[in-house]
Amino acid sequence: MTAPRPALETATMVRAGEELAVDVLEHHLAVIDAGEEAVHAFNLVLADAARDQARAVDARVAAGEDPGPLAGVPVALKDNLCTRGVPTTCSSRILDGWRPPYDATVVTRLVEAGAVVIGKTNMDEFAMGSSTETSAFGTTRNPHDTSRVPGGSSGGSAAAVAAGFAPLALGSDTGGSIRQPAALCGVVGMKPTYGTVSRYGLVAFASSLDQIGPFAHTVADAALLFDVIGGHDPLDSTSLHRPTPRVLTVLDDGVDGMTVGVLTEFLDGVDPDVAARVHQAAEALAAAGARIEEVSVPEVALGLSAYYLIAPGEASSNLARYDGVRYGLRVDAEDTVAMNTATRSEGFGAEVKRRIMLGTYVLSAGYMDAYYNQALKVRTRIIEGFAAAYTRCDVLLGPTAPTTAFAIGAKVDDPLTMYLSDVCTIPSNLAGHPAISVPFGTGDAGLPVGVQLLGPALSEGTLFQVAAVVEAAAPALPAPRLTTGAAS
Amino acid sequence: MAEPARLTREDVAHVAALARLHLSEEELDLYTGQLAQVLDHAADVASLDLAGVEPTAHAMAVTNVLRADEPRPCLDRDEVLAQAPSVEDHRFRVPRILGEAP
Repeated sequence: MTAPRPALETATMVRAGEELAVDVLEHHLAVIDAGEEAVHAFNLVLADAARDQARAVDARVAAGEDPGPLAGVPVALKDNLCTRGVPTTCSSRILDGWRPPYDATVVTRLVEAGAVVIGKTNMDEFAMGSSTETSAFGTTRNPHDTSRVPGGSSGGSAAAVAAGFAPLALGSDTGGSIRQPAALCGVVGMKPTYGTVSRYGLVAFASSLDQIGPFAHTVADAALLFDVIGGHDPLDSTSLHRPTPRVLTVLDDGVDGMTVGVLTEFLDGVDPDVAARVHQAAEALAAAGARIEEVSVPEVALGLSAYYLIAPGEASSNLARYDGVRYGLRVDAEDTVAMNTATRSEGFGAEVKRRIMLGTYVLSAGYMDAYYNQALKVRTRIIEGFAAAYTRCDVLLGPTAPTTAFAIGAKVDDPLTMYLSDVCTIPSNLAGHPAISVPFGTGDAGLPVGVQLLGPALSEGTLFQVAAVVEAAAPALPAPRLTTGAAS
Repeated sequence: MAEPARLTREDVAHVAALARLHLSEEELDLYTGQLAQVLDHAADVASLDLAGVEPTAHAMAVTNVLRADEPRPCLDRDEVLAQAPSVEDHRFRVPRILGEAP
């Protein structure tokens, strides 16, 4: 497999009439055809609809119009992003067959920018998981070693980009669900500042934490996609009115004079091969002119516990809407409460039930102060801890995940161990801050390692600027072979 | 803050009923152990003294989002109802509500 062509280059060629969007699409459909059986990145490949979109892009170019910055670029969508008239399942039986009556704002923006929606990607059910194993439709496999997980919850999107099925994909990140699978699959993944990308049409998991963000092979392609999807949307009441940082223009600005803090708490308990790559990335940034400091933010050690009180609490409330009345599955019973119960018991998988019960418990009378309200106060402490670090540092550096991709089945019966996969990504969600995972070589088993850059709210420009330097210094990754056993 | 009592099987059964989930006996046992484990891990948060710390429900404060009260296009009624499991006279149809005469 040759290295995939960057989306920026494809869009430039399509806009200039040097390549047809339909040919770009057919190439990717052929790659999917050859590899999808081994990877299972998609819940649905939209070949016919994508052909219509690609032909429309070509027609606009032929008519002398500019289809936009993503002209003819295939994009894969996580299957919790609503697509009008097209099944949107969240990889849950409770939404099997549901066809949303509207498009998510990000989908509208993609199409307006000339992109071609190539399919809906597999995910952990309702984005609850770190391995894509809680999907009701089977596990996605890591393209670098198909006996291992791609990470999660946006594992299908990460695997689709890694396998060359699409140059770009969108995911959602509530506790690391873009960055962790990006790290495990060897691609770039970014969680924007809360409120910079509209959540309208993103099926809600934990509304105060959820953000949509890009997957790509390169930092520049992720920047291109972020610039298209970001910006205020009146349809999302949490959408920020402040201008979204434009990031594509700052990629060559370098890190000279910046201070990068290596976050010591994120290196506690991390596998040595992952930690070694983080230190190597720090050295590369130092060589490029940045000042490197060790920084401690002790409050982030409480992030995992706080997250697993807050996110399930919000989820238990959000998922109350799946009651068999207005959409999706209904299991008939003699009265409405029995119907609600039968529908939810049959429609939800084990992990979703576990989180709904945990959330219901921590919000219930007698426990709310001890758990949920305490977690909200910890959230304040984490924000204060980061703020102190950012008085001295422009960005923080750490691993994205504590390990490389683990074997399918290794953690699925032990929820707490699975939850620990997100220990380095959760604090950014609790703080509402942006963070990006950049591939940085491989670990001991030849599997991709991701390093993570974190910044304060609305620091996307700085993050992408630093990410470009990290990317330029990163050891090469072997091409994914879509078989078991990593390339050596 | 005092640590709350350990989660019991009865708590899990009660919470499942509140959340409209039916659990088998095996599921009750499994979830009691797993949820207790997660809550034990959360003891680090539950046991902190955080008196005087303001809670954060939302990291990026956005308040009073208003717009002019002008009619705008909305979702198509028939398209929305077409997704419902059961519909009658342009309304969602449900089985009888508990306590009503059949």
